[in-house]
Amino acid sequence: MIETISKCIIGYLILQGAFFSLISAIGVLRLPDVYTRNHAASKSATLGVISILTGVFLYFWLLKDHINARVLLGILFIFLTSPVAGHLISRAAYNTKVKLWKNNPVDELKEARQEAKDEV
Amino acid sequence: MFEFVIWISLALIAASSLLLIFRLIIGPSIPDRAVSLDAIGINLVGITAIISVVLDTNAFLDIILLIGILAFIGTVSIAKFLEKGEIIENDRND
Repeated sequence: MIETISKCIIGYLILQGAFFSLISAIGVLRLPDVYTRNHAASKSATLGVISILTGVFLYFWLLKDHINARVLLGILFIFLTSPVAGHLISRAAYNTKVKLWKNNPVDELKEARQEAKDEV
Repeated sequence: MFEFVIWISLALIAASSLLLIFRLIIGPSIPDRAVSLDAIGINLVGITAIISVVLDTNAFLDIILLIGILAFIGTVSIAKFLEKGEIIENDRND
């Protein structure tokens, strides 16, 4: 009985993670410029992989009686570093002057940098 | 049923990696390709985790942390190379 419930929860978590990965890949393929693509890749894929790793940790804990601390460490590491990597790529893209989408109405970073330059 | 769900998840992640490889080939700028490579690395972590459930072994669980660290370091060095033109700065005064 408890084994069936565990398998249901683990299967749901892993399927949800794979589904989020597919959604993020579709977003990377379809969205118009590099900043929106980066938004899709760094949020949704991270949630998907965290969900998959939680499912795998529960699989080895509930069904195999084996608690693996490295999987927990991997969850924490991906949760911390994936937004940092996304921010770094986005900043490098802005500083190397990759163009924004043509329908984008406002560029707030450009205005803020212009204001800071005017104050000095 | 459980095995079927695991295989379906593996197929979904493989399909998402294929879509990301397509963006990696056609991507108009270098940061597009870096975004896509980072997402492929994240997907590889998920594939390794699901494969360790399929094969029913815990030998691959150490590899998860290793692939995560390598993907992060690769992404950071690509971003720094794009922004400054070098990865390891010897002259720190400017």
